[in-house]
Amino acid sequence: MSHDHSDEHTEPPPDVELRVKALETLLVEKGLVDLAALDVLIDTYENQVGPRNGAQVVAKAWTDSAYRTWLLEDAAAAISSLGFAGRQGEHITVVENTPGVHNLVVCTLCSCYPWPVLGLPPIWYKSAPYRARAVADPRGVLTEFGTELPDDTQIHVWDSTAEMRYLVLPERPADTDDWSAEDLAVLVSRNAMIGTEKARLPKKARQK
Amino acid sequence: MTQTDPLIPIPSGEIPATPVFRAPWEAYAFALAVQLSEQGIFDWPEWTQALAAEIRDAGEDDHGSQYYHYWLTALEKLLTKQGIISEEVLQERKTAWREAYLRTPHGKPVEL
Repeated sequence: MSHDHSDEHTEPPPDVELRVKALETLLVEKGLVDLAALDVLIDTYENQVGPRNGAQVVAKAWTDSAYRTWLLEDAAAAISSLGFAGRQGEHITVVENTPGVHNLVVCTLCSCYPWPVLGLPPIWYKSAPYRARAVADPRGVLTEFGTELPDDTQIHVWDSTAEMRYLVLPERPADTDDWSAEDLAVLVSRNAMIGTEKARLPKKARQK
Repeated sequence: MTQTDPLIPIPSGEIPATPVFRAPWEAYAFALAVQLSEQGIFDWPEWTQALAAEIRDAGEDDHGSQYYHYWLTALEKLLTKQGIISEEVLQERKTAWREAYLRTPHGKPVEL
């Protein structure tokens, strides 16, 4: 590629960036968006909100049975009581794993996801293979994530929508009876709250 | 039920932690849609329908890496459909930005 006169112009960015710049400047001119608010929004989802929030919710449910009951009955209220509220958190259902039932969450049509507790979804959650196979072959998907379940465990697949999003309450690992909620939260991975994995085992977490 | 090729692996995103946005434009495309829905330009179910339509058209080769491309296309289409911004105006503004880059000496801020 020739770069003659490179100091006399700036190489335009890829088309997709120009499209975003076009949209952004037009919308700002129309008074429909505010640049400062855009930056706050981006910072929120890039840096502030993430699966650590959900892990705190799970750890509290593990250590406080009244909270667990509340969470299963009215997840949005129980979650916002911990300070995790806002977009995509208005309608959340928490589904509980038990020894006979494992829950797995997907959004088959796009990428609906409980932002206040998990942040924005990982790339695989948005991919066609996951969206299709979580429903068609959940056990196979779990195997790919290294999650093996007993043959008689039922797998419930929950398809998220704009109206309802799901968070999995994983099973509390054994041998953690004396653990604080703060320590327990470390065992709760993002994937455990989507349901592709279980909560980490205490030994593994301690070795980390 | 959708049949998919079992050989297509589900991309793993856990380790190392993948960035939320892979480029600033993805972040701005994301934030624009969220802010517009909060302004009531469209509601979230309308938005997810628009996004789902783009994703559906992409078919089964979609491994998630093109996600914000679909997001941006869905946003452009929804705004044109609602008469907020016409396709022509969008195109003109894009061209104006490209020309702004081309006439701006390297290292200087690019302005329309």
